[in-house]
Amino acid sequence: MKRALSINRHLTQRIGFTVITLMAVATVIPIVAVVIYIFLQGLPAISLEFLTGFPHDGMRAGGILPAIVGTLYLTVGTAIFSVPLGIAAAIYLAEYASDTPLTRTIRIAIINLAGIPSVVYGLFGLGLFVIFLNFGTSILAASLTLSIMTLPVIISTAEESLRSVPQAFRTVSISLGATRWQTIRRIVLKEALPGILTGVILGLERAAGETAPILFTGAAFFLPRLPQSPFDATMALPYHLFVISTQVPEMPIRIQYGTALVLLVFVLTMNLVATVIRSRARAKRQW
Amino acid sequence: MVDKIIIENLSLQYADGVESLRGISLNIHEKAVTVLFGPAGGGKSTLLRCLNRLNDLTEVKTSSGRILIDGKNILEQDVDVIALRRRIGMVFARPVVLPLSIRGNLTYALELAGEKRRAKLDEAVERSLKLAALWEEVKDRLDDPAIALSGGQQQRLCLARSLALQPEVILLDEPTSGLDPISTGKVEFALQELKKEYTIILVPHSVQQAARTADYAAFFLQGELIEYGEGKSLFTAPKQKRTEDYITGRFG
Repeated sequence: MKRALSINRHLTQRIGFTVITLMAVATVIPIVAVVIYIFLQGLPAISLEFLTGFPHDGMRAGGILPAIVGTLYLTVGTAIFSVPLGIAAAIYLAEYASDTPLTRTIRIAIINLAGIPSVVYGLFGLGLFVIFLNFGTSILAASLTLSIMTLPVIISTAEESLRSVPQAFRTVSISLGATRWQTIRRIVLKEALPGILTGVILGLERAAGETAPILFTGAAFFLPRLPQSPFDATMALPYHLFVISTQVPEMPIRIQYGTALVLLVFVLTMNLVATVIRSRARAKRQW
Repeated sequence: MVDKIIIENLSLQYADGVESLRGISLNIHEKAVTVLFGPAGGGKSTLLRCLNRLNDLTEVKTSSGRILIDGKNILEQDVDVIALRRRIGMVFARPVVLPLSIRGNLTYALELAGEKRRAKLDEAVERSLKLAALWEEVKDRLDDPAIALSGGQQQRLCLARSLALQPEVILLDEPTSGLDPISTGKVEFALQELKKEYTIILVPHSVQQAARTADYAAFFLQGELIEYGEGKSLFTAPKQKRTEDYITGRFG
C-alpha cells in the first residue's frame, strides 16, 4: 500500500513537470512560427533595390527606402525627447523624491500612461502637436507623440534599475565627502546604466513598431523623396505595411512580406542589442 | 591630553523610534583609540553617525545638544558637511568597496575634492594602503576591480580609502564583525599604528576586542552613557554594576 502510494506520487510529479514543460514550450511556438513564416515569405522580396530604392508603380514595385529611413528618423526623434526626460524623471523618483502625495500621484500617472491605447496617443498628438502647436503632420509631431507613449516604459525601468543599486554604495560615497549628485553621477548611474539602456531600447523598439500614434501625426501615404526637415511628414515601416496591405489594390504579396521582414529585423535587432547589454552587465556586476 | 571632540548633552530620536541617544556627554581625546561598546541598540552607531553628520540621510525626529570638534559645533545648520566628512573618515561593518578598481576606490574622494595631480594621487594610494597594512598584498594589481579582493582585504581597503583623505578622526563601526581572526588581527594592528596620528573612535564587535584595543572606553546601554574612563581601569575595575555585569557576560 505504502509502496503503491510512493510510485503514485512519483508519477504525479512526472506528469506535472511534463505538463508545465509543454506549456513553456507552447508559449515559444507562436513567436518562432511568426518569425519563420515572415522570413520564408519575405526573404524573396529582399534585394539591394528593395532596401535602397523608392517605391514606384503606385508602390506595387520598387523599394521601401523612404519607409526605412522614416522609421529611423522617428526612432531617433523619439529617443531625443524621451531618453533625457525619462532618465531625469527616474532619477528624481528613485533618488530625490520622498514618499509624498505628489510623488505618489506622479507614479500613478506613469502607470496609467502605460495603459492608454496607442490610438489615443495618436489623437492626443494630433490635437496638441499637429494642430495646437502647429507643427503640422511632421516627424517632430510624430516623435513627440511617440515620446509620450514611450516615457512610462523608460521611466519605470530606469527607476527600477536605479533602485536596485545597493544603498550601501550611496552611504559610503556620501561618507567620503561626495554630494548626492556626485554619488548619483559617478556611482549609481554607472551601475544602473545597463538596466536603463535595456529599458530605453525596449521603449524605442515599441515606438519603432507602432502605427496608431503616427497615423494622424506624421505618417505619409507616399512621398517621392526623403524628408528634408523635422517639419516634413515621413513614410514609416509599420504604416507603410498597413497601407500596402489594405489600401492598395493588386498589391504583390511578396512586397508586403518583404516590408514586414524588414520591420521585424529592425525590431529584433534592437531586442538583441538590449539582451547583449543586459547579459554583459550581469556578468560584470560587482554586487 | 587634548580633547579633540567634546560631546555636550547630545540627545537624538529617530522618526521610526528604533534607537536613540539620551543626554550623552563625552570628551574624546586626540590620538588615542576610544571604544564605544555595549549591547545592540545602545546608540553607539547613532553617535558615530552624528559625528560625520551621516544621520542627515536618516529621518531624525528630534535632536539637541552640541558636538564640538576643535571647538566648533558641527551640528549647526551652516556647517559645511562635505568638508566635515572629509575630515572625519568612516569605516562600516560590512566592507563596501565601490564598484571601481582598487586605485579608483582610494582616489575617489580625493578626486571629488578636486585633486587632479597624478603624483599626489599615487602618493595617497601608496601611503594609505601602507597604513592599512594592505600595500604588499595589492601593489601589483592596483587596477584590478576592488571586488576581487577577499573580505579581509576589502575591509582594509575601506580603511585605506578613509585614510586617503588624511582625515583627523576615523570612525569605525564594527569594522571586523565579518572578518576571520587573522584579518581582524591585521585591522587591529593597523589601528594601533594609526592612533599615533589619528583620533580613532571604534565600535568593537566584542567585549574582548574592546578590552584589547581601548585606550578609553565608553559603555552604552539603551541610549545612555553608563560609564566612561580609561580602558585599563574600566575593564579591570568598572565602577558601575551594569558595566561589570556586561563585561563579565551576565547579559548582552
